[in-house]
Amino acid sequence: MAERPEDLNLPNAVITRIIKEALPDGVNVSKEARRAISQAASVFVLYATSCANNFAMKAKRKTLNAGDVLAAMEEMEFERFLEPLRDALEVYKKDQRGRKEVSEQKRRDKERKADSENDKSREEEEEEEEEEQQRMEEEPEEEAEEEEDDN
Amino acid sequence: MSQTNSGKHSQASEAKKAISLPISRVRLIMKSSPDVSSINQDALFLTTKATELFVQHLALTSFNNRSQTEANTLNYSDLAKTAEESDTFHFLTDILPKKILAQDYLKSLEQMQDEDSDF
Repeated sequence: MAERPEDLNLPNAVITRIIKEALPDGVNVSKEARRAISQAASVFVLYATSCANNFAMKAKRKTLNAGDVLAAMEEMEFERFLEPLRDALEVYKKDQRGRKEVSEQKRRDKERKADSENDKSREEEEEEEEEEQQRMEEEPEEEAEEEEDDN
Repeated sequence: MSQTNSGKHSQASEAKKAISLPISRVRLIMKSSPDVSSINQDALFLTTKATELFVQHLALTSFNNRSQTEANTLNYSDLAKTAEESDTFHFLTDILPKKILAQDYLKSLEQMQDEDSDF
C-alpha cells in the first residue's frame, strides 16, 4: 500500500487544539512550532510502535497489545503517561462493551421484527384467499387455483 | 454540556471525548513500521492517547524552558532547545535540529576547508 508523505501526518487542526489546551491562556504558538510538534508526534508514534513491537516479538506474539504499548511508554521514559493511559483505557473498554451490547440488541430486535413481518404478510395473504373463495362461490363457472402456504 | 444524559450515555461521550486524534491515521503510521503485522484495538487506542499526552508534554515543557522568557510565544527554537537538552525528548534531535544562520554555516565550512588544505 503506497503511502503519500502527508498521510503519515496528523491533522493540523487537532494538533493545534491539543497544544493550545496544554499551554496557559493567551500563549501564542508559531506556525513553525506547530508543524514541528506535529512531525514530532508522528515520530513518536513510530518510535512507540517499534518499541512496543519489540515486546510483542519477545513474547512471540504477532499482534501488538495494550501491555506492549504500556511497556514501551515505560521504556521510553514516559512513565508519567502510564496512569492516565490506564484510566483512559478502562473507560474505553467499558464503552466498547456497551456499544457491542447495543449492536447485538439491535440485531436481535431486527430479527424479531423480520419474523413478525413474515407472520403479518401471511395473515394478509390468507385474508385475500378467503375473499377470493367467497367471490368464486358467487361465480361458480370460474375455477380458481388456490394457493396455500405450507406454513 | 448536557447534564441530563443517562449514566451509560455520558460514559460513552466521555470515552468519545477521551481522544481527539483520528485512530485511523495513527493506525496508518503504525502500520508503516517494519515488522508490525497486526495491532489490537486497545493498543491502537493507547497509542493514540499517548500521542496526545506527548504533544501536551512537549509543548508545555518547551514553553517552560523557552530561552526568551519574556515572550508569550512558543517558537521553533524552544522545541529544538528542549530536544537537545532533555533526555526524554532527545530522540527528536534529528527532526528538530537547532537552526544556525547561513553565514555562520558558511564560515564553519570555510574553516573545515582550511583544515583540510592538503586535500
